[in-house]
Amino acid sequence: MVLLRRRRAVGRNVLRKEGHDKVTGLARYIDDIPFDNVLYVRTIRSTVPAGEIASIHYNFDQAGFTIVDHRDVPGRNIVALIDEDQPSLAVTHVRHIAEPILLLAHPDRARLLTADVAIDYREATPNFDPERSDISFKAIAIDKGRLDAGMGQADVIVEGEYRAGHQEQLYIEPNGVVAVPENGGVTLYGSLQCPYYVHRALAVLLGLPPEKVRVVQTETGGGFGGKEEYPSVIAGHAALVAMKSGRPAKLIYDRVEDMLATTKRHPAIVRHRTGVKKDGRLTAMDIDVVLDGGAYATLSAVVLSRGMIHASGPYRCDHIRARGRAAMTNTPPNGAFRGFGAPQTQFAIEAHMDVIADRLGIDPLRLRERNALRPGDTTATGQKVGKDCTALQVLREAARRTSFSKKRKALEGSHRGIGLSLFFHGSGFTGGGEVKLASKASLALTERGVQIRVASTEIGQGTRTMHAQIVADTLGIPYDEVDVSAADTATVPDSGPTVASRTCMIVGRLLQRCAEDMRARLGRLTPAAYFKKHGGFVVTKQYEKPPGLEWDDDHYRGDAYGSYGWACDVVEVEVDPVTYQATPVSFTTVHEIGRAIHPMLAAGQIEGGSSQGLGYALLEEVVMRGGKMANAQLTNYIIPTTLDTPPMTIEILESPYKYGPFGAKGVGEMPIDGPAPAVVNALRHAGVVVSEIPATPEKIMKAAMRRSG
Amino acid sequence: MQGTILERQLLEPRSLTDALKMLRDEGPLVPMAGCTDLYVALNFGTLQPKRFLNLWNLDTLRGIESRGATLRIGALTTYTEIIKSGVIRRRLPMLAAAAREIGGVQIQNRGTIGGNVANASPAGDTLPVLLAADAVVVLRSAAGTRRVPMTSFYTGYRQTVARPDELIVACDIPAIRGRQWFRKVGTRAAQAIAKIVVAGVWENARAGVRPRLAMGSVAPVPLRLPQTEEALGGGASLAEAQEILQREIAPIDDLRSTAGYRRQVAANLLGQFFSLRSVRL
Amino acid sequence: MRLNVNRKIVTVKAHPLARLLDVLREECGLTGTKEGCGEGECGACTVLVDGEPVNSCLVPVAQVQGTRIATIEGLGGTHRLQRAFVEHGGAQCGICTPGMIMAAAALGRRPSLDEIRTGLAGNLCRCTGYAAIYRSVLASRTTSKGKGQRAKA
Repeated sequence: MVLLRRRRAVGRNVLRKEGHDKVTGLARYIDDIPFDNVLYVRTIRSTVPAGEIASIHYNFDQAGFTIVDHRDVPGRNIVALIDEDQPSLAVTHVRHIAEPILLLAHPDRARLLTADVAIDYREATPNFDPERSDISFKAIAIDKGRLDAGMGQADVIVEGEYRAGHQEQLYIEPNGVVAVPENGGVTLYGSLQCPYYVHRALAVLLGLPPEKVRVVQTETGGGFGGKEEYPSVIAGHAALVAMKSGRPAKLIYDRVEDMLATTKRHPAIVRHRTGVKKDGRLTAMDIDVVLDGGAYATLSAVVLSRGMIHASGPYRCDHIRARGRAAMTNTPPNGAFRGFGAPQTQFAIEAHMDVIADRLGIDPLRLRERNALRPGDTTATGQKVGKDCTALQVLREAARRTSFSKKRKALEGSHRGIGLSLFFHGSGFTGGGEVKLASKASLALTERGVQIRVASTEIGQGTRTMHAQIVADTLGIPYDEVDVSAADTATVPDSGPTVASRTCMIVGRLLQRCAEDMRARLGRLTPAAYFKKHGGFVVTKQYEKPPGLEWDDDHYRGDAYGSYGWACDVVEVEVDPVTYQATPVSFTTVHEIGRAIHPMLAAGQIEGGSSQGLGYALLEEVVMRGGKMANAQLTNYIIPTTLDTPPMTIEILESPYKYGPFGAKGVGEMPIDGPAPAVVNALRHAGVVVSEIPATPEKIMKAAMRRSG
Repeated sequence: MQGTILERQLLEPRSLTDALKMLRDEGPLVPMAGCTDLYVALNFGTLQPKRFLNLWNLDTLRGIESRGATLRIGALTTYTEIIKSGVIRRRLPMLAAAAREIGGVQIQNRGTIGGNVANASPAGDTLPVLLAADAVVVLRSAAGTRRVPMTSFYTGYRQTVARPDELIVACDIPAIRGRQWFRKVGTRAAQAIAKIVVAGVWENARAGVRPRLAMGSVAPVPLRLPQTEEALGGGASLAEAQEILQREIAPIDDLRSTAGYRRQVAANLLGQFFSLRSVRL
Repeated sequence: MRLNVNRKIVTVKAHPLARLLDVLREECGLTGTKEGCGEGECGACTVLVDGEPVNSCLVPVAQVQGTRIATIEGLGGTHRLQRAFVEHGGAQCGICTPGMIMAAAALGRRPSLDEIRTGLAGNLCRCTGYAAIYRSVLASRTTSKGKGQRAKA
């Protein structure tokens, strides 16, 4: 029997563990940490989108320089992730602009930056169009029921095509690492989300045994997925220089390089053909998804996977055919960004639902009420949705809070529109992913007290704080007495990556089990008393699949995720008839997340993710020219400022998930899935029909001209 | 990222006279005011000059004063000073409106009107205001003073009539009687480059009101629009004036927007300006 | 050259054209001020010069001789804004926080929500959506007697 005092931390807004350091300038990000004897590193990159490297000329005095190219790779010249198609340094060919070819390093930054390297290429014809690409990194098919039968039942068939562009993660701290050669191997310090991803990538690249590689996450100024897999690239480069030179190698990107060269959200083209009854019931969904993967696979297969599973939205429909592929283009590889495929496909389905509503003359709220998943219904992959499904509740609550229906009527014919989106998000890795990850968490009793040891990283979302709350309450000790270890592979086990909205639900649950175990062992003693009497110990727990979860990866059927969060956004948008600028004037969201371990942190995820979603909807446009990001400066790639962000009303509902710690599901990503379609639907209500985001004033103008022309 | 800083040199004049001598005798020198444009270019490496002249301490270049009918604004006047100035609020509110929309407070505290004029960007936010106000740019060199009407100051994309040995010391603005109007259409609500920016005056004239109109980001230089003004002032309809406007401007597609958008919004803005006309105040 | 940083006179060896940001971080060892973009867009490098927020990535150090420079380190650690940002979630990843707090410090003791939004328009935050930052600044507001608001536990 577990001895538990009354809960003290979970559900309360305890102080952020590292909050004091962050507000005083004491928190040390990678560029703040001094290293002795350091070499600065510069990456020489391809200036053509496709071709063969013909020659390389070093037009500078090479004295004092360390120069690294593919021949210097001691292990395998790949960025180890899923596929093995991406070299760390190009060998004979390049497939995208900004592809890394070689590395220069020097202790003097001025000499480093002025060294002139000229590379000649034999250019090949690049392809920038994913629909014209004949190379797919991955294709996925989802089938439920029989599409033709479903279409046969339909009264009306509605088609639509939706496009979403790149989105840049825009963490305010750019990518940066320092690699220190030591102990016959390397220690890598850096701004990153997944220490063990980097660990594996370095071991492969350097040909080192695992124990010779150590990765230490430093305080990280934002990630949002942009530091999920990309750090393996930059870490590999710094490590190669460190190993060759025998000196610490510091590689920090400036903003321009970061935007030009690192991963972005996959652009998407989504086509819907939907059978509906006159009363609005969905009878059949035919969905086609094309993602632009860029030049190398990176995580495209998994982004596509999540995108496909969410493509039919939070709706019940007996007949679904969904086909998707991630295609190769000669652009910098795309990768993880909060939402990971779901923002793209849920933008499409939610915008499409309003098109259907218009076509049928049905209120968009009613249409969704009719079709929203209820407990016991099955998803596109045939998963029976659990009792914790709250699609209807979040929808109705959001509509009630905003007086949605009344506002819809009141704003008719004005320059304002109000729109909504209903969405969901599976927590954890898809299907058998968590089983494969086999994540571990450890809880240590030491001389200094109780310490959490996980590879989960704090990147702003509150990992340290939230994990400590869970452990504190399970152990029955004060929150302040739970310490969190640095995410250092020398100290912590592999808890899996800090992604996929799993850090609370999956790793938090592992820690809860560790704490239960520790509590049982401590008996009635406090940690300090126990340590004094018996010494310390470490409890380690490994992921156990909840009972009843079955996934068929070959046929893409079954239980895709252990649990889903559910949410509804309502946005009011004003369109300026002179400038066609769309301004969100109010934003309301109802998010059901199982349990808010820390209500303020949860609200922070919702507000932050929603703000990114508004940027995705209206402002954030990556302008690609000739396979290169042409607007790679903050002046020209614009994210919302204070004056671009509307007042936000956040409501959190809790419908506990049995296998999450204290009932928690995930919350990190879901908020970014909803704002873009809600905005597009509000624009539609205001008389502006756009099916492509970002809905810039230029696009709104075109829509307005179409309407009046 | 700082690369070649050790190769650069900074000259620090103790007075305006000193500065002008240096420009004449020790050039070429890049004058440095608030650096809010200059240092962006240096950081990006698009500008790689070697020798600089620090103007920041030359207090004679600061100050806003009414000299009878003329409003003199010192070249080193920051946007914050413009925003806070009672004199400007009363005499040239469209300039305060423009200053408020430049960057954020950090840029406003350092950016100067002289810098905006000298930088000669077609998107400079104060430039249509100065054009519509019939401002005169006051240039000084060791050889003396030169006064150039703003409407003659720009000769081509980022090119001005200022000689390398000259400094902008002030802008002189004659009295304006009438309604002033400013509007900037940026890429977002703050910290934005103008996609199109417009300033206008409905000037009280003997027979009613007379329009003065200027636009930025619609040509290689910021433009005064005399033909559109003449049409509007001569009683043309809005539609006629919009047609003439389209012939007077030459916007392009660029990273931030399109020629088509700029043309349409310019026409709409003209409509907004048109609706503001009234009998003399 | 001699600089007045956080009310102390420091002597630094710096090229007159060096960015104030680099002088603070490298010569003075004050790494609290951050570089997010190098183009005066993000505000992470914000410091106060004679009480006014500026982007230190755009300021040549020669131009701040004789001024009072204030960085995040100079606030002490128990400043009302610092307490409020911790208690009200104004800091998530923290990289924008020093610049954000310095810009907020220049808003005076009782800024309105409008003044906060305008005064912080030059500071980008990617984590919070700004809402918790407003709550933090509003909570930090003092009465004219200078007593801080008591934050809720």
